Parts: sequence; C-alpha cells; structure tokens
Amino acid sequence: MIAAVFFYLFASICVASAFMVIAARNPVHSVLFLILTFVNAAGLFVLMGAEFLAMILVVVYVGAVAVLFLFVVMMLDVDFVELRQGVLNYLPIGALVGLVVLVELLLVLGGWAIGENVTAAITAPIPPAADVSNTAALGALLYTRYVYFFQAAGVVLLVAMIGAIVLTLRHKPYVRRQSIAEQNARSKASQLSVKQVRSGEGLSQGLQ
Amino acid sequence: MNDIVKDYFPLVVFIAVAVVIALPLMIAPFVIAYKKPDPEKLSAYECGFNAFDDARMKFDVRFYLVAILFIIFDLEVSFLFPWAVAFGDVGVFGFWSMMVFLAVLTIGFIYEWKKGALEWD
Amino acid sequence: MNQALQFPALQALYPEILLVVGAMALLMLGVFRGDRSTGAVNGFAVLLLVAAGILVCLQDGTASAFHGSFVSDPFARFLKVVALIGSAVTIVLATEFLSAPHRQRYEFAILIMLATAGMMVLISATDLIALYLGLELMSLSLYVIAALDRDSLRSTEAGLKYFVLGALSSGMLLYGSSLVYGFTGTVEFAGIAKAAQNGGLGLTFGLVFLFAGLCFKVSAVPFHMWTPDVYEGAPTPVTAFFASAPKVAAMSVFVRASMTAFPGIAEQWQQIIVFVSIASMVLGGFAGIGQTNIKRLMAYSSIGNMGYALIGLAAGSPDGVQSVLIYVSLYVAMTLGMFACIIAMRRADGPVEKIADLAGLARTKPAMAFFLAMLLFSLAGVPPLAGFFGKFYVFLAAMKAGLYTLAILGVLASVVAAYYYLAIVKIMYFDEPATPFEPMRGELKTVLAVSGLFVLLFFVYPAPLVEAAAAAAKSLF
Repeated sequence: MIAAVFFYLFASICVASAFMVIAARNPVHSVLFLILTFVNAAGLFVLMGAEFLAMILVVVYVGAVAVLFLFVVMMLDVDFVELRQGVLNYLPIGALVGLVVLVELLLVLGGWAIGENVTAAITAPIPPAADVSNTAALGALLYTRYVYFFQAAGVVLLVAMIGAIVLTLRHKPYVRRQSIAEQNARSKASQLSVKQVRSGEGLSQGLQ
Repeated sequence: MNDIVKDYFPLVVFIAVAVVIALPLMIAPFVIAYKKPDPEKLSAYECGFNAFDDARMKFDVRFYLVAILFIIFDLEVSFLFPWAVAFGDVGVFGFWSMMVFLAVLTIGFIYEWKKGALEWD
Repeated sequence: MNQALQFPALQALYPEILLVVGAMALLMLGVFRGDRSTGAVNGFAVLLLVAAGILVCLQDGTASAFHGSFVSDPFARFLKVVALIGSAVTIVLATEFLSAPHRQRYEFAILIMLATAGMMVLISATDLIALYLGLELMSLSLYVIAALDRDSLRSTEAGLKYFVLGALSSGMLLYGSSLVYGFTGTVEFAGIAKAAQNGGLGLTFGLVFLFAGLCFKVSAVPFHMWTPDVYEGAPTPVTAFFASAPKVAAMSVFVRASMTAFPGIAEQWQQIIVFVSIASMVLGGFAGIGQTNIKRLMAYSSIGNMGYALIGLAAGSPDGVQSVLIYVSLYVAMTLGMFACIIAMRRADGPVEKIADLAGLARTKPAMAFFLAMLLFSLAGVPPLAGFFGKFYVFLAAMKAGLYTLAILGVLASVVAAYYYLAIVKIMYFDEPATPFEPMRGELKTVLAVSGLFVLLFFVYPAPLVEAAAAAAKSLF
C-alpha cells in the first residue's frame, strides 16, 4: 500500500519533469528538470529493490552526466529562442512519430505474452532477494560469470578516454610549463658556481 | 516491498520535514507579500545602458574534457562497489578480473597524464 | 558458485586479446615517444593486425567461451580475416595522410586496432550484450576517427553527424534488445531462438527496432542518410576504413542474429530484409548518378552494395549466407582498391576529389587508369571480373529461395548503377586530360595492384574463397 503511494508519487513526478525537460524555455531549466527526472527514476529503482542501480543513477547521472549536459548547454552558445521558432513547424511530424511509437507500445502491451520457457531460459542463478543484497548479488556475477562484458566495458571506457583527448586536447604553444622533475633534479653543483673576483679588475673577465 | 520502504523510512521522514519547512516559506510570499508590478522593475540594467547581448557565453572546451574524464573514472569507481561488497565470494578470479579492468584504465590514465590532459594550459 | 571461480578458457580469444593488449602497448609507445613515433606505431599496428589474422587462421573447429557469449566458428573466422585485412590495408593507405606534420597522430592506428577488436567481438557475438558492447567499441572508435582531422570543418561535421545519428541508432538497437529480452527472457541467441519459435507481436517489434539499429550500421536504405555526408567529410583514408571493415562486421552480426536468434520467425524478418534490400539497391543506383564528388559516389555505391549483400540474407538459406560472405569479401577487395586510387588523386596543391579531375587519366597515368577501370567494371558487375561472381551467387541464392522479384529488381538496379561506374571509365578514357596527378606512392600502388589483379584474376581460381565461404555458412545452420 505505502509502496504503491510512493510508486505513483515518483512515477508522476518523473513523467511530469520529463515533460518539462522538453517544454522548459530555458535550457538550463531543462537540465535541472532532467536531474529531477533522474532522482525520481532512482526512487523507482529503490522501490523495485535495485538499490545499486538507484545509487549509480544518482552518482553517475545526477552527479556527472547532468553536469556535463550543463557544460554542453553552455558551450554550444546557441540562441535558444531562435532555435525554438522552428518547433511549431516540426510539431506535426514530431507528434506523428510520437503517436506511432505510442500505438506500438500499446500494441506491445496488449499483446504481452511471455514465452512458455522464459524462466527456464534464464541462465544465471538468481539468488532470492531476502538472502543477499542487491549489490552483493550483482558483484557475485559481474566479475566472474560476466567477466567478458566487464572487460569489454573497460576497453570501451579506454576508447572514450582516448577519444575525448584526441578530439579536444589542445596545448597553446606559447605556454611555458613547469617541469617539476627537472626542477627537482637540479643540484647545487650543476647550477651554482663560485667565482673569485679580484678586486680592482672589474667584472668583465672571469664570469663568462 | 514494504521492507524497502521501512529501510528508507528515515530518508522519507527527512525529505518530508524538508518539504514541510521549505514549501510554506516559498509559498508564503506569493500570498502575503506586497505587490506592485512594473515592467521597468524587470528590465535589464547595466550601468545606465540596456544589456548589449546575451549573458550566455561560450565555455572553453577544456571544461568538457575535464568533465568527461571525471565521468569515466566515476564509472570505474562505481564498478568497484559491487566488487568490494562481494569480495569474499568472487575469489581469486574475481580479484584478477578487477585488476585487469583497473590495468586497462590505468593505461588510459597514464596516456592522459603524459599527454597533459590533466594540465590546464 | 564454484563453477564461476574457474578461470575461463581463453584460447578462442587470443586474437582479440592480442589486438587489445597490442593497442595498449602501442598507446604507451606513442605517448612516451611523442607524435614522431607515428610511423613506428603504424608499422607495429599493421604487424599486430596481421598476427591476429594468423592467430584466427590457426584456430579450427567451433569453440565458445564465457558461457556462450563468444563463439569462434568458421563463419566468425572467415569474416574476421576479411575485417582484419580491411583494417590493416586502411592503415597502410593512411601512411601519407598521417605523414603531414600537423596530422602526425599515432592515435589513428590505435583507434583502428580498438575498432577492429570491437568488430571481432561483434562478429563472434552470440548474445545481445556482447553484440551491443562490440558495436559500441567499434562505433565509438569510428566516431573519433571520423573527426580526426579536427581543424577541418568538414571532418568535424562528419564526426558530429555520425555520432548523433549513431547514438540514435544505438538507442533503437537497445530498445529492440530490451523488448526481445522482455519477451524471451534471455539475451542468448540460442535461447531467443528457442523461446521465439512462435513469434508474437512484442517480439516482432523488438526485432524491428533491432534490425533498424543494424541497418544503420550497414547503411541500408531507410537508415542511410548519414553515409554520403560522413564519407565526403571524413579524411579519405578514414572513409576507406568506413567503407570496408565496419561494413563486414555489421553485416556479419546481421546475418548471425537473423539466422541463429530468429530462425523461427524467418518470414517476418524476411519481409524487412527484402524491403531494405530493394530500397538500398534502387537508391544506391539512382542517387549515385548525379554525384560529382567521388567520395559521395562511393557512399551511394556502398549503400547499393549492401543492398545486394542483403539479398543473400533475405534468401535465408546456407546458399544465401555463403553468397553474402562472398559478396562482402569481394566488395572489401574492390573498395580498398578504389580508395587507393582516390587517395592517389592529388595534385601539387593538394588532394582533389571531383570525378571530373579524373579526365583523361588513361593518357597521363595509363596503369592507374587501367586498374581503376577494372575495379569500376567489377563494381558494375561485368563478367568475368570478381564483382560479377559476387552478384551471381547472390542472385542465384535468391532464385533458389524463390525470391524471383527480388532477384530481377536487383539485376535492374545493377544496370542503373553500372551507368555511373561506366561514366567514370568514359571520363578517364575519352575526355581531354586534366592536369596530371602527383606520382602515386609505393604503398598505394601495391594496394591498387593487388586489388586490381585479384578482381581481374578471381575467375581463374575462385575455389578457395567460395569453399571457405561455403564452410563458413554451414557453421550457422
């Protein structure tokens, strides 16, 4: 009962703020509504017992991806008022596409029939939820049975890292950098020399 | 399902208290504040001139690079949580599987460091 | 849980591991030696790709790993070798592009290697998660190398377009996968096949979205819009790469998913494939006619060629799969030769890419003109060149499966496409010579000669390729 109340609370805020993401005039507000959507989706995950996913949604999406979106919104320097002027022209097509997807979804839900041997087809062991926490259950499978996907995900992250650096890193040529290793490697012997200057002869010789 | 609600009960109470305190403070001004709207009150004002252009300006792409590198390592760390929780179960193989994952990303980290992506200029 | 603790057998994955570890080692070499190591990194990358190819050839039988997420069967090995050849040749073709001082970037070869590793994961994928991860590993690297020439507006535009549309298609693919998983309860192809014997509305929707995502990757018609712009905007060696290896990988996963995951609802996906195939052939044929830029022309050519390859898939028989394999490998051989020519189209003041620039090539560079003409004749499907055999096997498979309309439309579309291929031959041989090109570099000459001779002499001894393809096709059934 109380879970149902929370479900409808999270779900309705989630849908409403998702709508506001596309309806808000100010793109920064859109991003803020997106954050609200993520937080509520995390709430839905918690209700389903997927606590790890909920926390990851908050940490990764709210904490990092939304910030990145803000950067992108700032970086693009698009005049959003001007951009929105075309919205009315695209609205019919957009509405049509949305309608088609909606009808499809309804058809899918109407025709929902899970195959007979679905439970038999699930190959990985699913421990009962009472015995083991969500995070531990994930951990027990992810690094051993699904090690292939895990490592492939690591390589995908590596590519993302290389790609981001290849495409955006630019060093300004005139910037003079500090080389800490070089500084530390300097010793008194290599940098300092003591010269005896005779009195009355000036500094013109002997200091070169 | 009720177990979960019970687990998170303190959080629910916390949010409820926050809402109860914050909401009236936000709504009250709409109801009781003195209002005398005037278009000039909302006009942009810059030392006697109208605003020259939009306040929004281009961000340097370097912010984006820092943010994306942050996300990548954020994800890497998020993979560590279930591993740490299930550390006793996953055994030697699970241990080395994580080490290989970390090694791959360390290669990326060395690349990034050496390339100077962590320096600002 | 004890069985999970055993270390898995990795023999089947040695080529992939070699590529990924090699790419990381070269990344370290590059970052510590700086951009001047670009030449060395390229050389090692080619060696590693060849070594991975040899390792692939050394495997035999059918081995699967990781609870059936990865399989190494004759089908996978055949296509892996083709993809590896495509990647290695691309790096060779890019030597000149990467030798300019401001373009010395060792990351190019490393990204190609990682993309190739992604392709191999994709080719060997026997479940939806491996499919998605392989696809993303491949695509992510491709998005980056499309925009590699980041000071050029066209290159960055190509990269951005490819990325946005590619992300959209990945989204569709994931949506489809989740529907398929929801209705069958498993992500493994074998399990899906078992659960999907009777089909159902939801499963069909999942299938449609999945196929939409895959169609995007092979640039088949309703999802082809990105192809001409990306091909034109990306640096030419990168375009050569896009046109060769990734197409092989995407086509392979298309075939494997259709044949092993959805054999029970074959008549449903057959309709989609038939439509997509006809649309691609027709659009590839007609839209190519008005093009003046040779890279755009190659884009429409690749759309059309993917349409022909899909005919074989539509047939849905071992013959059909065999014909897809033959078609794709011949297509890669022809495309690489074509791009060796396109890269060689440069004058003293820089590269050119208009078709009109080829005017009178027969008089200024007779050897290049001859091989280019042979490749064009082959793409047009003129017997006895290799391209003819590709089309022949595809149409034969369609006829055997009773798809007469499809085969006839294919023949008609290939007549239309022949018009623009032959128009280039006409320009080369009968028009007044334009300013001659710079001398062709050694590695381009080699690629062009090998590709040209292969196309020219394929009919003398086609047996090895045809038999390998037959054996590969058999392993799917």
